[in-house]
Amino acid sequence: MNAPLPRPIVFRRPWYSVALERAIEALIMVCGISAVILVGGIFFFVFREAFPILASPNFGLGEFLFSIEWYPTSVRDVRYGVLAMIVGTLAVTTLAMAIAVPFGIGGAIYLSEFCTPKLRETLKVVIELLAAIPSVVWGFIGLTVVNDLLITLFDAAVGLNVLNAALLLALMSLPIIVSIGEDALKAVPDSYREAGVALGATRWQMVYRVLLPAARNGLLAAVLLGVGRAVGETMAVLMATGHAVQIPTGLLEPVRTLTANIASEMGEVSQGSEHYRVLFTIGVLLFGITFLVNLAADLAVRGRRR
Amino acid sequence: MSGPGMDATPVTRVRDLRVRYGTTEVIHGITFDVHRGEILGVIGPAQSGKTSLLRCLNRTLEFTPGGHSEGLIEVDGEDVRRTRDVYALRRKIGMVAPLPVGLPLSIYDNVAFAPRAAGLTRRAALDDLVERCLTQAALWDEVKGRLDSLGTKLSGGQQQRLTIARALSHQPTILCLDEFSIAIDPVTTMRIEDVLKQLKAEMTIVLVTNLTQQARRLADRTMFMLEGSIVELAPSEQVFSATPADQRTFDYVNGTFG
Repeated sequence: MNAPLPRPIVFRRPWYSVALERAIEALIMVCGISAVILVGGIFFFVFREAFPILASPNFGLGEFLFSIEWYPTSVRDVRYGVLAMIVGTLAVTTLAMAIAVPFGIGGAIYLSEFCTPKLRETLKVVIELLAAIPSVVWGFIGLTVVNDLLITLFDAAVGLNVLNAALLLALMSLPIIVSIGEDALKAVPDSYREAGVALGATRWQMVYRVLLPAARNGLLAAVLLGVGRAVGETMAVLMATGHAVQIPTGLLEPVRTLTANIASEMGEVSQGSEHYRVLFTIGVLLFGITFLVNLAADLAVRGRRR
Repeated sequence: MSGPGMDATPVTRVRDLRVRYGTTEVIHGITFDVHRGEILGVIGPAQSGKTSLLRCLNRTLEFTPGGHSEGLIEVDGEDVRRTRDVYALRRKIGMVAPLPVGLPLSIYDNVAFAPRAAGLTRRAALDDLVERCLTQAALWDEVKGRLDSLGTKLSGGQQQRLTIARALSHQPTILCLDEFSIAIDPVTTMRIEDVLKQLKAEMTIVLVTNLTQQARRLADRTMFMLEGSIVELAPSEQVFSATPADQRTFDYVNGTFG
C-alpha cells in the first residue's frame, strides 16, 4: 500500500519582490542605454546649431576644410577656413602623444611589475594628484615656466608654441595613461606571470613577451583615453599655443587648435549668426575626429584578435 | 628500483627542507632523493606541502611574499638556493600547473617562448623544436594546420598538452606536473598519461597528483606527504599494497582517511 504523496510545497514570491526586480531591471537598462542617448543628444543639438550654415549657399564645405584663411569678422570678405586649426590640433596632439605614450606605458609597467608595494602606493597618490590639477593651472605653467624654458633652451622666438602645448598635454594625459595602463597590467592573471617565469624568462622578457600582448587591449584603451583628453583639452592649449592661425613649419611655431578657437570666439559672436554656426560646425568636426580615432583603435583591436 | 645501466646518482637531492610563508611553516624538514629516469609520484591531501615543494625546486617560491626556504635542494649537483643563473636553473625544470595556462600568444609562440628567452632565434631550429615538442605532447596532429592561432583558444585538454609541450621545449632534466588532470576529461588524462610513459625514457618526472590511482598507474616510487612531512616514500607496489609501512598511507590510499 502506497501512502499518498505529500503535497509539494509551492513557494511563491510576494508581488512586491517581483515588482522590485522588474523595476531594478528597467533601471539598469536605462543606465545602460543612457550613454547612447546622451551621445546622440549632444550630437543632435550641436549639429542642429550648425546645420543652417551647412545648407546655406555662401558656405562651401571644401573651403571650410581645406582653406587656411580664417577671417570670420572681415568686413569685405568673410572666410571660414579651418585647415590651419586642424593641422594645429593634430600637431599638438600627435607630439603630446609621442611624449606621453612611452612615458605612460613605461610608468604603468614600472608601477605594476617592478616597484615595491610601498613605493607604488606613494607614486599612485602623486600621479592621481597630477590628474587633479585644473587645466587652467596647467595653462599658467605653460605661460610662465615652459614659456621661459623654451626661450632659454631653444632660443625660440615665441615661447607659446606647438612644443609648449604638447608638453602640457603630455603631462595632463600621463596620469590617465599610467593609471588605466596599470589597471590593465594588474588584470593579467598571475598564472601567466608564473608560467613565463617558470620557462626561464627574465622579468623583462616576461613583461615584453607575456604581459604586453596579454594586456594589449587595456593598454590601447589607456592610450585612447589619453588621446581623447589631449584632443578635447581647451583651456591649457588656448593659453600655451600662441593662438596664431597658421600651418606650423616647426615645433617652435605658434598654432591655434580647433577647441581653443571655439572657446575664444564663442563669447563674441551673436547667437544665430553665420560665425556662430561655423563655430558649431567646428564642434561637429571635433566630434568626427574623436569618432575616427576611436573607430581606428577598435578596428586595430579587432584586426589583431584572431 | 633503477634498471640496469641507469645512472645511479640522484637527479635531485633534498635534505632537511623547510618552507615558511611568513611565520607559518608548511614543510617541516623533509629529505628524499629523486632518481634519474624515474617517475616519482607525490600524493597527499590538500595543504600537505606538495605544491610548495615544486615551487622550491624552480625557485618560484620567492614570488610569494613571505615565502622562504631552508635546507638543501640540489638539481644535477647544483645547489638550487645558491645558483648563479636562476633562469638557466628554471629551464632545467619543466613545470606544468594544475590549470592549463595557454599564454595569450600563438600556439607556435607558446612553444617557442622558452627557447627564444634562452636566445635561440634561428627559424629552422625553432620550427623543428616546436614540431618535436608538440608531437611529444600528442598535440601536433590536432594543431599543425593552425600554429598561428591563439593558444588560449584551444580546449582545456589541448591547452594542458600545449603547456606540456611548452615545458618540454627547453629540454628539461626534470618534468614536474602539479595535478595536471584537475581540469581535463578522463580521456585526455589517459592520453597525457601515455605521453608521460613515453617521456620517461628521456627525463625524470615528478608527478604531484591528487588521484592516488594515477600515481599507482604511472609512478615507479610514490611519496605520501601529510601536513608538510613525508609519511612514506617507497616503490609504488608497496605503497599501494595491502601492507604499506605506515597505517596512514593505507588509510589514505584506500579512502578511509580522516
